[in-house]
Amino acid sequence: MTSVPVTPEAGETAARSTRTGRRVPLSWLGVVPFLAYVGLFLILPTVLVVVQAFGTPEGQPTLANVKALGESYVLEAFWRSILLSLSTAAIGAVFGAVLAYLVVSGPADGIVRRTVTAAAGVLAQFGGVTLAFAFMVSVGNQGLITLMLQGTGLDVSGGWLYRLSGLIVVYLYFQIPLMVLVFLPALDGVKPQWREATESLGGGTWAYWRHVGVPLLTPPFLGAFLLLFANAFAAYATAAALIGQGGIIIPLQIRTAMTSETVLGQENVAKALALGMVVVVGVAMALYSWMQRRSARWLR
Amino acid sequence: MRGVGASVAVGAIVALAACAPPSDDDSAVGEGGVSASSATSAEEFGGMDALIAAAKEEGELNVIALPDNWANYGEIKAAFTEKYGIKITTDQPDGASQDEINSVKTEKGRSTAPDVLDMGSAVTLANTDLYAAYKVATWDDIPDAQKESTGLWVNDYGGYMSIGYDSSKFNSVTALKDLLGSDFKNSVALNGDPTQAGAAFSGVVAASLGNGGSADDISKGVDFFKELKDSGNFVPVQSSPATIKSGETPVALDWDYNNAAAVSENKNWKTVVPEGAVVGSYYNQAINADAPHPAAARLWQEFLFSDEGQNLFLGGGARPVRMDAMTDAGTIDADLAAKLPEVPGEPVFLTTEQTEAATKYLTENWAKAIG
Repeated sequence: MTSVPVTPEAGETAARSTRTGRRVPLSWLGVVPFLAYVGLFLILPTVLVVVQAFGTPEGQPTLANVKALGESYVLEAFWRSILLSLSTAAIGAVFGAVLAYLVVSGPADGIVRRTVTAAAGVLAQFGGVTLAFAFMVSVGNQGLITLMLQGTGLDVSGGWLYRLSGLIVVYLYFQIPLMVLVFLPALDGVKPQWREATESLGGGTWAYWRHVGVPLLTPPFLGAFLLLFANAFAAYATAAALIGQGGIIIPLQIRTAMTSETVLGQENVAKALALGMVVVVGVAMALYSWMQRRSARWLR
Repeated sequence: MRGVGASVAVGAIVALAACAPPSDDDSAVGEGGVSASSATSAEEFGGMDALIAAAKEEGELNVIALPDNWANYGEIKAAFTEKYGIKITTDQPDGASQDEINSVKTEKGRSTAPDVLDMGSAVTLANTDLYAAYKVATWDDIPDAQKESTGLWVNDYGGYMSIGYDSSKFNSVTALKDLLGSDFKNSVALNGDPTQAGAAFSGVVAASLGNGGSADDISKGVDFFKELKDSGNFVPVQSSPATIKSGETPVALDWDYNNAAAVSENKNWKTVVPEGAVVGSYYNQAINADAPHPAAARLWQEFLFSDEGQNLFLGGGARPVRMDAMTDAGTIDADLAAKLPEVPGEPVFLTTEQTEAATKYLTENWAKAIG
């Protein structure tokens, strides 16, 4: 993510050769792998999803798949997916940001920082079946902690882990570490000199945060929040391992539509559901870029 | 693992690769003058020895969605490899039947495509244009109702819906209604979602039969699970060997052969076929019409339907399709047969119409009942 400064000489050479027309600039070549990657992994799948969402398995055009998006159980699943993503992104962003701030306040190469970043790096990727199972055997109905608490007379079972409440708790386990990872660089960019400058101008802590810290950190915070939202929105394996009944969130409904042994021929409904997800993320992106523009105005 | 986007992208790449033209039929030609990929019986290919030689020449077999702890497939695969020296590659061991069909379509023409399929009935019947017709040597032993007349698919093994439970935690269970008792709080699980998995689907059908419903009307089964949920006894997690081992699903409704195999996870695990709610179902074998290893695929069928293969299914607690014929001929492993759980009552096998009606009802009502 570092920007390479272009030396004046290089810029001048490129400009001159373009003017004389002797050499075709080859600088665009560097971006080819990126474009190929984006084309293959982002644009092509998106196009396939959009096209197939409007077709039958035989390729005939139809609106039936998209109509399924209006079914009450699908709308409920979308609502729960958005609720899950928003809540875990919000809680994850706040707790992650606070944790990251505490880490940054310490010495740059201190043991705390090294431990926290290493742990965050591991935990942010510790999702899926392993995470779900770890929760199951510790706080599930027959989990170690549940049974220990029951031994002391406190009944905490009741299947909370296998509902939306459970998903929220489990998702936070990878959302908070992810926030720490993506927010640390932004906090590192905040120079102590700015604080000194505020103080030398007579501003206190409140003034510093009100006029410098928060405006400066808002765009990266919103960006990280959006990343967390998308991360939770698309998360699948953790929920799949935890909840075996009913597609309470959209990724689980897509799974059902694609692999069901009992309800057949729903593959293209899965594409329509995926299209719905693309739309939701698209709206989130648009909102983000709008807020980014507003909050970034201060920086100009 | 967590990104749906990633799997969609992978799907796109597989779809791209699938655009490559299928390879020409270069499979071995037997003494009968028929290529392995079009032979409809070993005899037509020039006899078993010719088939074995051609299969050994191919040296490999691709299977899909055959976990080692399902119907004894671990031992079956090992025995086949040992006997013929053919290496078996298992793709997506925990995949569903529909995953098998998806794989046949997306990997068409590639050497990694599945050679043989083992699927539930609904998926089998919906995709018959993808299979090669083949009749094994023991074809006549198989009842007509359990095979497609030209050999496109054939029942291989089956079982009955059963209740598996940890006998160290619960007194003996005999009927589904027992599970409504207060002892079973947070305990009862299905192997999957009935709108998705065949085993869970049959669990609901069994619950219907055990509660005054019928194969034509499964609403009583859905009501039963709603009651189970309202009483706090239902666990919405999918039972698996791991959840049985950890104790998270101390009661699991699943095929009797799966519950029988769970003893290896929990030595107190008992399997009973519930009283008056005996639902049976068979899985089906089929050969991929575009099998990359056509001779090995056919030899695998011959092996599965031989006395040896059928007794291996029995070793996993599954009921092989030739069981009656083998019992008459005295070739069944009597010790293994005696270990099967008792079947209290006349088994019910759903017809295609009943399956369709039940599926429709479940799609509309299951999520509401347990949501």
